[in-house]
Amino acid sequence: MIKLENVTKVYPDGTEAVKDVSFEVEKGELCVLLGPSGCGKTTTMKMINRLIPISSGAIYLDGEDVTKVNENELRRNIGYAIQEIGLFPHMTVGQNIETVPVLKGWAKAKRRERARELLGLVRLDPDETLGKYPSELSGGQRQRVGLARALAADPPTLLMDEPFGAIDPITRVELQNEFLKIQQEITKTIVFVTHDIYEAIKMGDKIAMMRDGRLVQFGTPAELTYRPKDSFVEDFIGADRALKGLQLIRVKDVMDASPPTVRADEKAAAGEEGMRGKGVDWLAVIDENGRLTGWLSWLDSRREEMARDVMTPPQVVANESMVLNEALSMMLSANVMTLPVVDARNRLRGVLTFDDIRRGLSEASEGQET
Amino acid sequence: MLEAIVEAWQFVVRRPELVGQYTLAHMWLVFVAGAIALVLGVGSGIFISGRGRERLAEVALYIAEIMMTVPSLALFGLLMLILGGIGLKAIGFLPAVLALIVYGQLPVLRNTYTAIRQVDPALIEVGRGMGMTETQVLLRVKFPLALPVVMAGVRNSLVLLIGIATIAAFIGAGGLGVPIFRGLTNNRMDLIIVGGVTVSILALVIDGLMTVVQRLATPRGLKKR
Repeated sequence: MIKLENVTKVYPDGTEAVKDVSFEVEKGELCVLLGPSGCGKTTTMKMINRLIPISSGAIYLDGEDVTKVNENELRRNIGYAIQEIGLFPHMTVGQNIETVPVLKGWAKAKRRERARELLGLVRLDPDETLGKYPSELSGGQRQRVGLARALAADPPTLLMDEPFGAIDPITRVELQNEFLKIQQEITKTIVFVTHDIYEAIKMGDKIAMMRDGRLVQFGTPAELTYRPKDSFVEDFIGADRALKGLQLIRVKDVMDASPPTVRADEKAAAGEEGMRGKGVDWLAVIDENGRLTGWLSWLDSRREEMARDVMTPPQVVANESMVLNEALSMMLSANVMTLPVVDARNRLRGVLTFDDIRRGLSEASEGQET
Repeated sequence: MLEAIVEAWQFVVRRPELVGQYTLAHMWLVFVAGAIALVLGVGSGIFISGRGRERLAEVALYIAEIMMTVPSLALFGLLMLILGGIGLKAIGFLPAVLALIVYGQLPVLRNTYTAIRQVDPALIEVGRGMGMTETQVLLRVKFPLALPVVMAGVRNSLVLLIGIATIAAFIGAGGLGVPIFRGLTNNRMDLIIVGGVTVSILALVIDGLMTVVQRLATPRGLKKR
């Protein structure tokens, strides 16, 4: 847990970079510091690990005043990731990742083992990547290594300063999704700095919106979108609120989690009842382990055949942590009305339809505006 | 002129041990002075690059540059006076090495300082942000990144010293300046050529060697591809 109490930063020349900021990040929560450049968001973040000394107020990390502990010890227990330039160019990927473990005096074998494990987590091949230098990697790969390095000593807390800033939009979305998936597993307490409203809405459990060193609004992405405190927040969020809403809602929140299914080794007709009950004209075909194997649009004439013989393979699949925006874009580009949702092992978790998306959006805006 | 070159060659063939002796003495002077200048230059370069020492760095670099403008003969003479004044040996190896150290440390000092100051501040902050102490930031981040430029300074320094060490013969420190001065006073063109050409060859060889060392000192990740 991170708690800021009336935190203020005044520079010797009198500039007030951060004024009286208070907020709290719960354990396992990702809090985005959002605002235009120069709003004090990075300064606020750097005061947490004391890279910038605080002028007045207090910051507590898991209940402990950060100014009361040794600053190097403090920092070794807070993961720190910045834009890709933050990798040491003279060190290999392995050496970069092992930086904090080395500082903490871990044994060599343990460090290597951990580096390999982390590269696997950020989906890079350890054998291929460990010995490479940052200059031999692509921008996206460097960001992944930066993330692995921040996680190296398994710190409970992470500070991330625009970690996906310097890469192309496609790779950025990919990395954001993967990071969200990783965060579901590791549940770190994270402070994440960005100026990108879409990234903030997508990544944040909470958003701290800042302007001119002050905290303007603190709340969930939905609160900021549907109940902006003032015109500044409203303008920053932008006019296209309905479309932003697509970013706010995750597939798992609106999908049908008990779609009609039929086993691949059954007759197609076996799914008929489930389909009728839902009032739809399709069936998801699964194997004995619940894995998605195909898709069946109802054909009266072939109902007595095995499901596996009449099904078509699914064109596109989504995962639960995707936001509606991405799911919708998949559906539009594949020209399908339904989107099966699977987990990492391809097990069917649910099905998303256009209707689900429309319903999700209207519920979100009604729920927030009342 | 051609005649003098032939005579110089004949001298080398006739007295190879003498030429070798001059060369060794010359190299020894450069080696001792260069090694001390390296340690002093890198050490003080690192020191003045520290936080809050900008003013000190300015002064130190200024002094070092002024020393470089003192003609070497004058500096040799000055050192003779000073050493003699405090009762030390005023001629020979000691004053020669001292003078060479003064000249040799500037390129090392300047390059070390500049290279360390030019390390990307974001990398230094990341080092601190991950919990490195100031010493660890210096040893693990700043110095490795500065090393190629520091080595370029060492290379400049050594080549410079090989030239200046010639004048050390003037205060009896030996080396390849001996045949040159002897040639000048006795009007022996061949001796001047023997000394001069050997100094040039020595400088080229050291320069080549240092190029290799510099390449080895460059971390693989920093090499241009």
